[in-house]
Amino acid sequence: MTELKLPSIDYAALAPTLIMLGAALLGVLVEAFVTRRHRHLTQLTLALLAVLAALTMVVLNADDRLITIGGAIAVDGPALFLQGAILVLAAIALLLIGERTVERGGAFVAQAAVTAESDDDRRQAEGSNGATEVYPLTTFAIGGMLIFVAANDLLTMFIALEVFSLPLYLLCALARRRRLLSQEAALKYFMLGAYASAFFLFGVALVYGFTAGMPGRPAGVDFATVNAAVTESPASPVLLFAGMAMLSIGLLFKAAAAPFHVWTPDVYQGAPTPVTGFMAACTKVAAFGALLRVFHVGFEGARWDFTPVLGVVAVLTMLVGAVLAVTQTDIKRLLAYSSIANAGYLLVGVLAPSAEGISGTMFYLVAYGFSVLAAFAVVTLVRDADGEATHLSRWAGLGRHSPFYAAVFTLILLAFAGIPLTSGFTSKFAVFGPALDGGQAWLVIAGVLTSMVLAFPYLRVVVMMWLSEPGDSTPTVTVPGGLTSAALMIGVAATLVLGVAPAPLLNLAAGAAEFVR
Amino acid sequence: MVEILANAPAEPAGTVTYAAAAGLLGSVWLLVAIPLVSAAVLLLLGRRADRWGHWLGVGAVGAAFVLGLTYFFQLRDLENKSVELSLWDFIAVGDLRVDFGLLFDPLAAVFVLLITGVGFLIHLYAVEYMAHDAGRRRFFGYFNLFVAAMLLLVLGNNYVMLYFGWEGVGLASYLLISFWYERPSAATAGKKAFLMNRVGDAGLAIGIFIMFATLGTTQYDEVFTGVGSLTASTVLVLGLLLLLGATGKSGQFPLQAWLPDAMEGPTPVSALIHAATMVTAGVYLIARSNPIFSANSTLQLVVVSVGALTLLIGCVIGAAKDDIKRVLAWSTVSQIGYMFLGVGLGGGAYALAIIHLLAHGFFKANMFLGAGSVMHGMNDQVDIRRFGGLSKHMKITWLTFATGWLAIIGIPPLSGYFSKEPIIAAAFEREDWTAWLFGGAALLGAGLTAFYMTRLFVLTFHGPARWTEDIAHPHESPKLMTIPLILLAAGSVLAGGLMAWNDGVASWLTPVLGEQSGEAHGVLSHSMITVLSILVTVVGAGLAWFLFRAGTATAPQPAGVLVTAARRNLYTDAFNEAVFEKPGIFLTRALVYLDNRGVDGLVNGLAAGVGGGSGRLRRLQTGFVRSYATSILTGALLVVAAFLAVEAGWLA
Repeated sequence: MTELKLPSIDYAALAPTLIMLGAALLGVLVEAFVTRRHRHLTQLTLALLAVLAALTMVVLNADDRLITIGGAIAVDGPALFLQGAILVLAAIALLLIGERTVERGGAFVAQAAVTAESDDDRRQAEGSNGATEVYPLTTFAIGGMLIFVAANDLLTMFIALEVFSLPLYLLCALARRRRLLSQEAALKYFMLGAYASAFFLFGVALVYGFTAGMPGRPAGVDFATVNAAVTESPASPVLLFAGMAMLSIGLLFKAAAAPFHVWTPDVYQGAPTPVTGFMAACTKVAAFGALLRVFHVGFEGARWDFTPVLGVVAVLTMLVGAVLAVTQTDIKRLLAYSSIANAGYLLVGVLAPSAEGISGTMFYLVAYGFSVLAAFAVVTLVRDADGEATHLSRWAGLGRHSPFYAAVFTLILLAFAGIPLTSGFTSKFAVFGPALDGGQAWLVIAGVLTSMVLAFPYLRVVVMMWLSEPGDSTPTVTVPGGLTSAALMIGVAATLVLGVAPAPLLNLAAGAAEFVR
Repeated sequence: MVEILANAPAEPAGTVTYAAAAGLLGSVWLLVAIPLVSAAVLLLLGRRADRWGHWLGVGAVGAAFVLGLTYFFQLRDLENKSVELSLWDFIAVGDLRVDFGLLFDPLAAVFVLLITGVGFLIHLYAVEYMAHDAGRRRFFGYFNLFVAAMLLLVLGNNYVMLYFGWEGVGLASYLLISFWYERPSAATAGKKAFLMNRVGDAGLAIGIFIMFATLGTTQYDEVFTGVGSLTASTVLVLGLLLLLGATGKSGQFPLQAWLPDAMEGPTPVSALIHAATMVTAGVYLIARSNPIFSANSTLQLVVVSVGALTLLIGCVIGAAKDDIKRVLAWSTVSQIGYMFLGVGLGGGAYALAIIHLLAHGFFKANMFLGAGSVMHGMNDQVDIRRFGGLSKHMKITWLTFATGWLAIIGIPPLSGYFSKEPIIAAAFEREDWTAWLFGGAALLGAGLTAFYMTRLFVLTFHGPARWTEDIAHPHESPKLMTIPLILLAAGSVLAGGLMAWNDGVASWLTPVLGEQSGEAHGVLSHSMITVLSILVTVVGAGLAWFLFRAGTATAPQPAGVLVTAARRNLYTDAFNEAVFEKPGIFLTRALVYLDNRGVDGLVNGLAAGVGGGSGRLRRLQTGFVRSYATSILTGALLVVAAFLAVEAGWLA
């Protein structure tokens, strides 16, 4: 019997992930052992401290470029940058999740199992404190995302995908109000997510089959083997291409690219708004981090084969997002379609065949994450007696009632529209520039054209807020508690700073744009 | 004429290098930051700062002045007197690299001292002048904003930074002209200033684009080093665009009409922005860009012509106006004309123009504040026909105003003599017949200046009292207003002599503006010009004294062609209306018609198309998981098929 040899494990390099998962487990214990009164504070503190500690470890590891734990995890520039991004954005999302003054008891349901629309449901909606299970769920999701962007083989990537997806399905179901909508969203997200995961897994199997039979190399699904197989494998390329297609379907689903975007509007609308913000910011980072790694490391050699197909997907995504945003009447759905269109712009960056493309995409993810979190923070504030007033007609004349928040939201919308001196402009520049250099002018043209279409729904909201007379049904803006204010201010400040002085972050991204194999 | 248009490079431009800022000079950004922070505090705190806000504003400018003085002395001891401080990469995409950086060199240093020094005195004055205005805190907020923007303008180390300051002072100026926005005339004047400045600013912006397109940079040192490699016509176009920007900001022909209207703002604003500092930004721009302007003699000729023409226009109109502030405003236009004449002559005259600019900053601010003091004592009356005999009632204002008056008309040994007379002499030093043209214009301007300024002075302070009935006893202004007046009067008397002493300022500016080109020989000897200029001054002043010593009628009198024309701003407003406004309105109407019928039809059609498409697509979003799953499956099949098609080579 051969002796079982443990692979060497670099615990320091894995620390961010370990901290998050450890904190999640601890959070479960907190649920069991801490009295109900203290749970919220304990959980929120624990989660924020864990994010902070993990972020510290990411910063300390900033110079690591290594593959550890038996080739399962790659700690390299993009992994560290994206982990840092996920942690920073997750911290802001946690602030939104932890808010309990805007709505009494927080945005989450007290008992998810109560029948929706029943008397019990109405009673809990009136003011009992929300479930604190959201914190361990969120920390599990963050942990999964950290693995997802650092996974060095397709199986680890799949497991990470499930680790962060399952908590998200649950979180979507936990809205305090409009329970039916929330549960429906969660169920749809779960079913379609499982569907997409199956594609991903099937793709992994096909790629594994493709890597078999190379001289002097065992079959495997780690990216180094896949990369070598693209040029050396004697197996039929049908396996490779079918596998690549299936893998990209799984990832594009998470990234909300057309035609795999169908879940996005429903889920964004139904999920509790802080969770929507978390998904829009962090899930995007994770999904595009994985796309970058799969296509820049694993299938590098097949670049000329996948670029046209994914390019068409990118154009379609931009088109669908921009065109459908035009007729939306609900602010959360509008932001969902905007998020779809942004996935298209991000794909342009992924397809740019250079390190600048990678760094541009990473910059875009961070900039977009900050803005979208701030946007959803404002959405949580505009409310009436029945909770958030998300129908656009209700936002008419908001500028008269609450000029400050209307101004903040205007700024964010202008950033989404890509107006100069906001982060939206610099980030579009950061992905379109490399694409143009890489000879993909058609993607850039589509991007600019759809940006113009997309500016219309944004400006419509701006015009509505400022130029319409406030009606009787115009809701007031709730004065936010400290946590939401902090999240909102960080998001807005980042949107401005990244527009005016983007150089430090661009340099950081450029310095981190090298994958290890 | 032929050799003038031959685009002969006047002087080859050398290499320009700046030293990095070290030591105390590393904190030069504080100059901009302090007033900016103060402005932010004043504007953001709102009513909470009403009680102490004005003192914060005064303190901020005072602190900037002390700092500026410290930096000035630091600079004196340095080998390379041009110190650059790069703060951060402002824009760095592709080849476009714009540094957010500051440049502190002799030229910037004198401007910093002028802006903060005179600015401080005017701020102090405004504390009292605006004491009864409910918006005093807001006023000081804008005023500090102006100072910060102006300092940014003169301290930037590239044209983009200059443009930032340029737009910043424009904004502050616009806000302050229409400060009393309830008055329709103030609001209109603000709009006029805004629009005319836009024309100039567009020129400046295009100039900067050309710089970037041809030289690939907007940093001063790189532009000046690279300007020698440009073709003569590029330099000409570039220079003309910069000149357009300069004429807009400085109220020079053809964009001079906004400046007199800008007098609708509070008097301290007129003194600081529309006399001493902002309107001289055009002169700064040309002096700063001297390697560009010196590189093309046609360009210099255009600048000189603009200067000469404007100085005469200003004098003629100034002589026909009856509003004390408008006379001073036209006199500003005319004096800046002298400065343009100076910077256009090039060579040693660059420094002369800057000296005149500094001296003018003192005596013009002095007279504007004096005018404010008169208005303060006369129930805000501005018509000089309704003044008279005020010398007995406002001793300090009278005496300080007298120093400003003697200084501007150039009576030795007051400051204007030392700063204006050399420019006239330099104009006579040109090498062809144009010496007579421009020298003559400058000389005639000196005589006219003496005439209209004496008219203003005599009608205001001497002769019989012609006050309106509601004024019994005009009173002198309080101390807080007279002390700045006295200090500025001292500056009006001494500044010119001190600056001309031993060529002090001229040699201080040599590192920026280049060596003075030795002893030139004009068509007239220097002493002859001196005598002539004093002579025309005395004649002009004497004539005015003789005509107006017994007062004047209080209503407009019928007058000849020239005076009527001058009263109507030499028909420049009518010209603007006929040439720009009327066709503009017609064009707008035509465009609106076209827009409604043609473009809107197209756009609406397109919008309806997108909207309709959007509506139709939206129906795909049914809400049923089964249809979503079908959509995903279809997409998946398509993607797999596409990949396989690529594999099979069908798409290649």
